[in-house]
Amino acid sequence: MSELSVNHLLGIKYLKEKDIQLIFETADHFKEVINRPIKKVPSLRDITIANLFFENSTRTRLSFELAEKRLSADVINFSAASSSVKKGETLIDTVNNILSMKVDMVVMRHPNPGAGIFLSKHVDASIVNAGDGAHEHPTQALLDSYSIRERLGDVSGKKVVIVGDILHSRVALSNIFALKLQGAQVKVCGPKTLIPRYIEKLGVEVELDLRKALEWCDVANMLRVQNERMEISYFPSTREYAQQYGVTKELLNSLDKEIVIMHPGPINRGVEITSDVADSKQAIILDQVENGVAVRMAVIYLLASKIKK
Amino acid sequence: MYFCIPNIYLDTMSQKQLLTTKEIHIILHRLACQLIENHSDFKETVLIGIQPRGTYLANRIKNFLENDYQIPNIKLGYLDITFYRDDFRRGDKPLEANKTHIDFIVEDKNVVFIDDVLYTGRSIRAALTAIQSFGRPKEIELLTLIDRRFSRHLPIQPSYRGRQVDAINQEKVKVYWEEVQGEDAVFLINN
Repeated sequence: MSELSVNHLLGIKYLKEKDIQLIFETADHFKEVINRPIKKVPSLRDITIANLFFENSTRTRLSFELAEKRLSADVINFSAASSSVKKGETLIDTVNNILSMKVDMVVMRHPNPGAGIFLSKHVDASIVNAGDGAHEHPTQALLDSYSIRERLGDVSGKKVVIVGDILHSRVALSNIFALKLQGAQVKVCGPKTLIPRYIEKLGVEVELDLRKALEWCDVANMLRVQNERMEISYFPSTREYAQQYGVTKELLNSLDKEIVIMHPGPINRGVEITSDVADSKQAIILDQVENGVAVRMAVIYLLASKIKK
Repeated sequence: MYFCIPNIYLDTMSQKQLLTTKEIHIILHRLACQLIENHSDFKETVLIGIQPRGTYLANRIKNFLENDYQIPNIKLGYLDITFYRDDFRRGDKPLEANKTHIDFIVEDKNVVFIDDVLYTGRSIRAALTAIQSFGRPKEIELLTLIDRRFSRHLPIQPSYRGRQVDAINQEKVKVYWEEVQGEDAVFLINN
């Protein structure tokens, strides 16, 4: 087995195709581990990891924390709401203070794009980006691809459409990088106001008609409408969005094939997808959550193996 | 240069054959018989091959027990110990994981670990920890083809041994299997 070509996971943009394959092969082993009666391995017993969340998160934070604990790492949690950040401390000062307590790895979510990259240049620890603004969310893209690979056997050659709020979505950007790197075909679909200009430069096609996009694809990744990042109105109403870009069971049944439905969560039931779609066999939303732990274990394990003591 | 030693000659100089195919077969039969002596029908016994190289030996033993000694339904699993090793981040090379495949319960069973070479004992230490993730065995035994004595780092001894070898630390014991290298043989290689 080789090792990762990077010392930090800042974004999919910095990974090579073989890094992704290595992460997936390692995740296969961890998926077996987390289905054992005792779901823990002692590999990282001498590693301390700080989870720094400067932005709200439930799923990602729990998933990271569980992954770290399954690897026997020591874990400290930090959320901006209850910290000295409110008193005016800078990011580097906050992190260096935490690192003085002998922390080896930092998992960070931050509202500013590039926060992880900035940090990796100024502090001496392995950095994992758990989402930086509207930039990247690499572990989400990895677990999405891993789930496609698990369901369809391979990512290469598959047709994936990413539907919804592409403009504000770090999940979309990381997914586009990851899918293209693995040789998948990618389209984005959503209201024109939520599709960034020049997105075609990333090698993806734009499809404004949801039905056409679904007829084309093998997998539809339904993104959440990120109301919290919208300062202005991008579409007339949620109801109209749901009518044009929401996936219903009737729509899926009218296609001549069975496509796979994914969603990074949290779902707005009745907006991006209806309840009967979310709970159907076509949806692999809960598999994505399970795979998230295995993939994050793989990422942390592989990065930790590059920390020399 | 006054004389030149061909490469092939150098190879034979640096390695000594410890066991031939025939000797290995005799030893495997003996080990199978010793297992039968202690476990008779194997109803409460499971065999665990330690990944990666213990699995070849474990498959052989299982085949002997089933085909030559007519003991049906031998339970055999493979255990990967990568994530339990104590040299994570200490070696030059990253550790390579293999598949763990145990599709039975080890709780209250007699477990027999099977590995090709017992050297420092650290792999077996890791395996003892790893197997706990699958339950609490009644007892654990260890079967190895080659026991390198004088090189143990931990107080671990085999319950069944094929051949005891006195090798110094610079020497390597290599086990070749027909499935992989095309012949069954054990060599002592001097680096």
